[in-house]
Amino acid sequence: MSVIPDPIQAGLAAGWRVTDGARLTADSALEADVVIVGSGAGGGVTAEILALSGLRVIFVEEGALKSSKDFKMREADAYPALYQESAARKTRDKGINILQGRTVGGSTTVNWTSSFRTPDITLAYWNQHYGLKDYTPQALAPWFELMEQRLNITDWPAPPNENNDLLRRGAAKLDIPTALIRRNVNGCWNLGYCGMGCPTNAKQSMLITTIPSALRNGATLLTRVRAEHLVINGDKVTQLDCVALDDAGLAPTGRRVTLRAQHYVLAGGAINTPALLLRSTAPDPRGLLGKRTFLHPTVISAGLFEQRVDGYAGAPQTVYSDHFLHADRIDGPIGYKLEAPPLHPVLLSTTMAGFGAQHAAMMKQFPHVHALLALLRDGFHAGAPGGSVALAADGAPVLDYPIGDFIWDGARRALLTMAEIQFAAGAKSVTPVHEQGQAYTTWAQAKAGINGLPFKLLATRVVSAHVMGGCAMSDDERLGVTGADGRYHGLANVSVHDGSLFPTAIGANPQLSIYAIVARLASGLARDLTGKPAARPIA
Amino acid sequence: MTPRRSFLKIGVAGALLLAAGGAAYRWSRPAATRNKFILDDEALAVLAAVIPSMLGPVLPDEVAARAAAVQATAGRVRDAILGLPLATQKEVQDLFGLLALGPARRLLARVAGGWARADAKQVDAFLQSWRSNRFATLRIAYMAMHDLIIGAWYSDPATWEAIGYPGPLKELTA
Repeated sequence: MSVIPDPIQAGLAAGWRVTDGARLTADSALEADVVIVGSGAGGGVTAEILALSGLRVIFVEEGALKSSKDFKMREADAYPALYQESAARKTRDKGINILQGRTVGGSTTVNWTSSFRTPDITLAYWNQHYGLKDYTPQALAPWFELMEQRLNITDWPAPPNENNDLLRRGAAKLDIPTALIRRNVNGCWNLGYCGMGCPTNAKQSMLITTIPSALRNGATLLTRVRAEHLVINGDKVTQLDCVALDDAGLAPTGRRVTLRAQHYVLAGGAINTPALLLRSTAPDPRGLLGKRTFLHPTVISAGLFEQRVDGYAGAPQTVYSDHFLHADRIDGPIGYKLEAPPLHPVLLSTTMAGFGAQHAAMMKQFPHVHALLALLRDGFHAGAPGGSVALAADGAPVLDYPIGDFIWDGARRALLTMAEIQFAAGAKSVTPVHEQGQAYTTWAQAKAGINGLPFKLLATRVVSAHVMGGCAMSDDERLGVTGADGRYHGLANVSVHDGSLFPTAIGANPQLSIYAIVARLASGLARDLTGKPAARPIA
Repeated sequence: MTPRRSFLKIGVAGALLLAAGGAAYRWSRPAATRNKFILDDEALAVLAAVIPSMLGPVLPDEVAARAAAVQATAGRVRDAILGLPLATQKEVQDLFGLLALGPARRLLARVAGGWARADAKQVDAFLQSWRSNRFATLRIAYMAMHDLIIGAWYSDPATWEAIGYPGPLKELTA
């Protein structure tokens, strides 16, 4: 018996309507006012607002329902259970590794709690280029406030761990400003295992906030059920065909689930939502669906320090710098946001290049390793147009994301910046994560070394934890497949409520952008469907 | 033969083998097992040769302990593969099937005389050559083996003490 109360187990015992697809012994057909695909940031927020507003909601999740009793902070269990493709989802050419959640709560169950409002300059760009006039900082402020209150997004009172503080100290030496990251936690133990599911239910993910609230208000949750196909008749979706998945979540069991509703909300994330629409041959007269998919392509620099860094311990992300997002115009040479990632044995060892004695020597120094990330802001320049989602022969989504010289130039500058900061913070050596990267012992050596590296995929390590775009918003149908209200152009009863709406990358960790924008869209949808003002969720 | 022509030869041979070898390997298997990964004798022989090179000095020196560690790591590699989408499991099966084929082993991996008899230097050279190969397919294969084997090793709590990682809070992991 765990010492931590588990609100999910308590809710199930109290009679929440939750069906595990793996346990279905017969085909099933269900009806509701609204069907929501996905239970992450977009699906969770939508489910709560609609259920509180009196609508009958069914939400469908491809992953399993896991809760604090399952979250044992072990990578070997957490990655297969909680992530898309065991945390090894990749782009078509296998050049970029993508971390995305696949469990009830989606990526919010496994993210690192970093909470940023959408940057003003990103919103200004959307206004100017996509005509999103209502997406101003002023118009969105009440929605940010609502979700910050709902998810207890506040300043983090504890000091940064050494892994983050080295970013602060190194940057300060170089007069590069940093700031502190706000977090969606309540009673956080400062353990550092957010990426494996919060074992103490401190993280205010969808799993323990909006989803329990929706379930208490009569919503139905289907888990291990994959949405396959929207049946479209004219300009309306008449049903959603789903398949039940086995215990491992890999193969269909043969049981089918048919869902019918007045309205359908798609919130499977920016790879799976466009894929569902593509499988359903949704109207796409201009070929925009699944295009302009953004990743914040991320490069990594590892430093070795005399003192212990213990990058596995403590809140994973608490310090950031946006200095290099503002060094140039938003549509100039690509900018990047600097952060520190948590370091756990599997994540670090698989990320670091090399093998045999060289790799073993680095791992032997594990507690002394420091890492920095640079998230490149894609989507604002013709040289960073994003990728595109297509379908494999079996209907599974495949993201193609080519990287050209414009982005590689940013990757090179970012690796230089990170090395300089790490040396300024006192690093004994710095290794850019690249198959030909070496442990440079001086800044001058690192500068020459990094400038001499060949920048290409499957040599430079590139990762992503932020998938955005593919169903861009614009009321101008030449520019987006969804309207500013999230409604899919050409389908009268379909909305998209997730990060695929974003017409560019955000330029910050996207969770709070999704929460706030979707809260507004879901409130509008509730009003349209009920004829009454939407309910306001309260923590 | 110039180095460039040698590369080209590997390239053409590689493309043909990757196309033909994988498919031939798949077709040689019973229909019911075409998707889910199986750690068969061929895959195990490749892993038994590659694991010691990939992991290097972290493996114990003593013969029996070393063999047991390699065997256990291969088992964890299998478990990790079984968590991947079925289409990816098939790709990994094809990779091991290809490496098990004599011509591919000799031509692409440059390992003569069977994996069981390959010496460490040969396997190191094979990994190094695929790691930096101009053909993306071989770099992908190297990366897959890197991530699977190294990830499998460090996922085992028994390896944590040696790297100074205390592991998660004991009170919460019972």
